[in-house]
Amino acid sequence: MITFARNFKSAAARITRDLRHRGLIQRALHSYEVKRDEFKGRYQNWSEARQAASEIKWEAINHLDQYLQEFITKLEARGTHVHVAATAEQARDYILGVARENKVGTIIKSKSMTAEEIDLNEALEHAGCTVFESDLGEYIVQLRHEKPYHLVFPAMHLTRDEISDLFHKELGSEPTDSPEELTMIARRVMRQNYCRADMGISGANFAVAETGMISITENEGNARLTTALPKIHVALLGIEKIVPRLEDLALFLPMLATAGAGQPLTCYNSLFSGPRQPGEVDGPEQFHVVLLDNRRTELLADAEQRDALHCIRCGACLNVCPIFKNVGGHSYGTTYQGPIGSVITPHLRGLQNWKHLSAASSLCGACTETCPVGIDLHHHLLHNRRNAAREKPAWLEKILYGGLVFLLRRPGLYRIAGKLGVIFFPLHQLVNGTSLDPLHNWTRTREFPKPSRESFGDYWRKRKSTPEANRDQS
Amino acid sequence: MKVSLFIPCFIDQIYPHVGVSIVQVLERLGCDVDYPEGQTCCGQPAFNSGYWDEARAIAEHSLDVFAQSDVIVSASGSCGAMMKVFYPELFQNTTRHFDALKLAPKIYEFSDFLVNKLGARDVGARFDGTATFHDGCHGLRELGIESQPRELLKHVKGLTLIEMKEAKTCCGFGGAFAVKFPTISTAMDEVKCASLLETGADVVVSNDSSCLMQIAGMLQHQGTPKRCLHLAEILAQT
Repeated sequence: MITFARNFKSAAARITRDLRHRGLIQRALHSYEVKRDEFKGRYQNWSEARQAASEIKWEAINHLDQYLQEFITKLEARGTHVHVAATAEQARDYILGVARENKVGTIIKSKSMTAEEIDLNEALEHAGCTVFESDLGEYIVQLRHEKPYHLVFPAMHLTRDEISDLFHKELGSEPTDSPEELTMIARRVMRQNYCRADMGISGANFAVAETGMISITENEGNARLTTALPKIHVALLGIEKIVPRLEDLALFLPMLATAGAGQPLTCYNSLFSGPRQPGEVDGPEQFHVVLLDNRRTELLADAEQRDALHCIRCGACLNVCPIFKNVGGHSYGTTYQGPIGSVITPHLRGLQNWKHLSAASSLCGACTETCPVGIDLHHHLLHNRRNAAREKPAWLEKILYGGLVFLLRRPGLYRIAGKLGVIFFPLHQLVNGTSLDPLHNWTRTREFPKPSRESFGDYWRKRKSTPEANRDQS
Repeated sequence: MKVSLFIPCFIDQIYPHVGVSIVQVLERLGCDVDYPEGQTCCGQPAFNSGYWDEARAIAEHSLDVFAQSDVIVSASGSCGAMMKVFYPELFQNTTRHFDALKLAPKIYEFSDFLVNKLGARDVGARFDGTATFHDGCHGLRELGIESQPRELLKHVKGLTLIEMKEAKTCCGFGGAFAVKFPTISTAMDEVKCASLLETGADVVVSNDSSCLMQIAGMLQHQGTPKRCLHLAEILAQT
């Protein structure tokens, strides 16, 4: 359990030392910010749009039972198989069952973080299936046997050269630094895979209760091919993806694109409501929708942090987070990186194992400020810290803060402690910055200021005892 | 106007001149300044670390100290936010909740007090040189303080404000975070310092001394020292 924290710290230390890596991420996110602001500027009132989005998600999440029921009923009416999976294992088993029943050998997949959450690819491969990612970024990280770096931009940590080298090594293509050429290389491979695939697996961006549809938003057209060419389409989504009405998409689709990718709208927006209907000429023969709980209902039961289920996975909070920008996506070791990941991972995977992510924040609030659906992200980090300390206090901290309570409720003692600080400061200078220094974690990279001989309290008491007319004005 | 000062512990002990400058500015503007004796710390370190029982015990002391005050001016946006924004949450479902709710609207961050309560823009300050302003995150995002310090700086005679690109990016201090995750905190500090050095400004100004401790500490460590001043220190100069 301490391993997760240790891994995070050592990965973070590695990336913070890697100036090239940090520069790459920061430059990429800077261009995103410029675009995002441009398109935010096209809204009549962005903050009202945020408020509206937040209220719609509030309504959906606080009536999730009703909306899910409506969604499922509508989907089933058109011949969709809907499976509600309480756990990751149940979701995997169901999808494996569909694959086995239909003798599926090759699977094409469009981007789905929910599939990452339940390690679906590993399970399918273990069962003998061949899985191809069709989203370019996902395909690249799949070839590298890596996890997505960012929940929206899975390969943002790689340069064109690195991708060219990877394609050269894995696909035998000629090296190139042209993004178009690189895309064409991937496309040539991918087109074969679409035709070969027996099953297409997708995620979903929204689930519309009113009409029983899932909405997928993308830029490459790969999700359309993934869902349209194979005979079986399986969509895997978290239960929180619900929006009540079809018209809600008029707000959420552009908002997701703007907040997530700095675009007015993504290039392809599709709605799926069932398998091929009698008389229709195309579409999959089977359509399965797997609704994943995987401890989301526990988060739902937590009134304080329930709004974390409003998340539309746009990644905006990662893009503005100074922690993310300096430690990168892989350091987190989670499916969902950045602030939203730090908030929800303790709920999804255990508080004590993942509390370090909530501690690893300066609580600057940039995430909350940017979140398009108004999740109180940085305050939830505080709530996680409180819950973790309440459940299992770190004894050293408990003693430290207990001592502070004793000290800070006694002004006289506090004054004496201040004077002791002044006395000990010269002694501290002897070990300043060395490994013997108790303030080592600060002083190794930053100078510690010298405490003042006269505190403000001293100044004030002196001033009070001096008649007003004689006061030094300087 | 009778004003009670809240001088957070680290300003009291390390940067008392910030408090003195605040007194000078407020008195120049005709305020009757009082410093309720016995004040220590707002309890934020314990609160941010998740030890809310301990934080409450410390915060209760502050509730008592400031019980008689009508207007409280905080020398730090962060500690001001602790009292104004977080005390009501911290004391929820306790007997002191009402006291916390009563205290909250009385708290003003220094620059906010000058601009929005006193209506002052030009406080009669003079500072010859260029300055760049760092927004402390708690002041900026918990209290919505963004234009106030800039308004005040723009009216300082002789001063030219040069905005840095990363003005609103966290410096990486974050209290205990700075020592619990020193590598991350340092990396954030590096980004901040590079951005402020890029402006070539003579001084770095902020409304939070804790951020300045982080920034000055690194500038000094990397051999590019620069004067780091609290807004009040600029405004006190005539």
